Amino acid sequence: MTEMVYYYDGSFEGFLCCIFDSYANKEVLTAIYRDEDLVPTLFATRSIPTDREHANRVYRKIVKCSPYTADLLRKCFLTCLPDKELYLYRLVVKLLREGPGFLRNFSDETLYPVLRAVRLLNGEAHLLKGFVRFSDLGGVLGGEIEPKNRVLPLLRSHFCARYQGEKFFLYDRTHREALFYANGKAVIQPLEHFQMAPPDEAEAHYRLLWKRFYDTIAIKERYNPKCRQTNMPKRYWNTMTEFQDETYFRVQSSPAGVEAPGAPAGIPAPGTPQGPGPSAPGSGI
Amino acid sequence: MDVLEKLTILTDAAKYDAACTSSGGNRASKKGYIGNTSSSVAGCCHSFSADGRCVTLLKVLMTNCCVFDCKYCVNRRSNDTMRAAFTPQELADLTISFYRRNYIEGLFLSSGVLRSPDYTTELMIKALRILREEYRFNGYIHAKAIPGTAPELVEQLGFLADRMSVNIELPSEAGLRTLAPDKTKQAILAPMRQIQVRGRQSKEELVKYRHAPKFTPAGQSTQLIVGATADSDFHILRLTQGLYDRYRLKRVFYSAYVPVVEHALLPSKDVKPPLLREHRLYQADWLLRFYGFRAEELLDEQHPDFNPLVDPKCSWALAHLDFFPVEVNTADYEALLRVPGIGVTSARRILTARRARRLRVEDLRKMGVVMKRAQYFLTASGRRTEGLLFKPDSLLRNLIAAERPLLPEVEPVQLSLFDSPAPV
Repeated sequence: MTEMVYYYDGSFEGFLCCIFDSYANKEVLTAIYRDEDLVPTLFATRSIPTDREHANRVYRKIVKCSPYTADLLRKCFLTCLPDKELYLYRLVVKLLREGPGFLRNFSDETLYPVLRAVRLLNGEAHLLKGFVRFSDLGGVLGGEIEPKNRVLPLLRSHFCARYQGEKFFLYDRTHREALFYANGKAVIQPLEHFQMAPPDEAEAHYRLLWKRFYDTIAIKERYNPKCRQTNMPKRYWNTMTEFQDETYFRVQSSPAGVEAPGAPAGIPAPGTPQGPGPSAPGSGI
Repeated sequence: MDVLEKLTILTDAAKYDAACTSSGGNRASKKGYIGNTSSSVAGCCHSFSADGRCVTLLKVLMTNCCVFDCKYCVNRRSNDTMRAAFTPQELADLTISFYRRNYIEGLFLSSGVLRSPDYTTELMIKALRILREEYRFNGYIHAKAIPGTAPELVEQLGFLADRMSVNIELPSEAGLRTLAPDKTKQAILAPMRQIQVRGRQSKEELVKYRHAPKFTPAGQSTQLIVGATADSDFHILRLTQGLYDRYRLKRVFYSAYVPVVEHALLPSKDVKPPLLREHRLYQADWLLRFYGFRAEELLDEQHPDFNPLVDPKCSWALAHLDFFPVEVNTADYEALLRVPGIGVTSARRILTARRARRLRVEDLRKMGVVMKRAQYFLTASGRRTEGLLFKPDSLLRNLIAAERPLLPEVEPVQLSLFDSPAPV
């Protein structure tokens, strides 16, 4: 058995191929990096091509040993855990060597880091189910989030069920991808640049109503900012309507936030893109 | 008056209601309808207000006009305040627009009594009908039953709402007589009983007919005000237990009394709301519902109030030291739940994990056990935490020290050169 560093293309299939090749070549992996994180290293390296057939074989084997681990693998792959590939690789190796018995032991040193990362992912996805804010952009709902983990696959079923008759999109600023949904179909696609369209009159009105509701519902005798921050950490506030500054509630006729002279509120000035702009859902489906 | 102004007035009047949960509903989305109630077992919080309370429902009053004159209430008829009322259409529009933008999980509709309880309930029913039938809203609705409403109307409301509640507010009949002269114990308990009986009937019907309409599928709840009257914690907790046992309530909420008005029968306006007491009651409430405790175990006639320094479970453990230490490798689920620092989740994890191998003390932290409390009360494979030294009489001190950072601080006072020295 020789020690090796593997490079793969960053996809889940690519990662499964790393596991396949490590067994095929009888090599123990000391690190698994994505191609774009390529750094010169003194260790022997190997670049692994992604082969769907190999990936399927590995995945089927894992499902056969323990469906729970397969689920854990898919979820943990979405987390922001540093070196998650290596943790998962070790988990799979241990599973294949010892069988699924150790999975019951939550404090197992191979399992625990993975479990913890998945717990954080689930926690973030659960919070975001509530903290996502949509804007009505001419009949299409649009929202933005800034999560640490790639939560869109976990949010998909929730929002698709909830707004099944609607069209909506949800943009993930951190990972530069977006979930599009229309007519019962949902896709998650990479999206490099995105700029939210300015609100029209009705949208600005409802934003203001919500802000007012939020400010009024607090009882000032019970003021407790620490408790609020524990329940709703500040990193979520950035994309939430109730914490935006005044310009967010003003009807804007141009994305720059300056009202174009002459154009009445609510009607876009000439040259402004209509609706959600280049990222209109439907274009990706 | 525009909607913004109405929303401000009617939210301001509704904010003292503690209940704001969307849990208990489990209705999947339907084709042609908007929304569902099954985002998670525990409900879904959409924001947290500046006082740290969760905002999950659009909590407003239908109107804050009221013919009643309950002394503790901001909306009583003798109070000089701005009055407003939503039309059913406005309220439905607001709800659906907020829901589409994912601001809320649904609607919490309460109301002051306009003209008569029946008239008010009819208004509420009208608003909910527009929501459910015209807008095809499939999300969560919590509706308040107003004491004194005709049973037929309560029944109609129950088929439109997911959860209903009748607020008891004052934990004793004497309190009710002096502070809420328009309400009687009978008028409060009658709709409560009706909701319970009708809900049970509806469950039976569902067994026979798959598409029978559901009556309040998420059950009912109530609210008690803490600190407006002289009732002890023991009295409140026993009342709570009775409500869970006899009325099958899903939740009892506690609301620390915020003095909104100067009245001879009420605490003065300078009194701060008893937040810590409310917190202790909620902790005890959880012990009743999920941990298999009884009210009589936690408090008794000699100790009618909770210790403000440690939580109710710790107090119980300190009074029953003979029950401890619990060996985590052999103890049953009920015994594990009695250990301070072990909750429902960590107890379940322990049960699963110990089937794989014997647990050590180091493993417990990774399972979510709060060791700063639990370490005094458990052993793992016959051993405690390395180097842990304590005697029964120093235990209370250690536990208080562990919890102190969580307690509200005593406000520091600036020292002054000219103050007379404090008596020692």
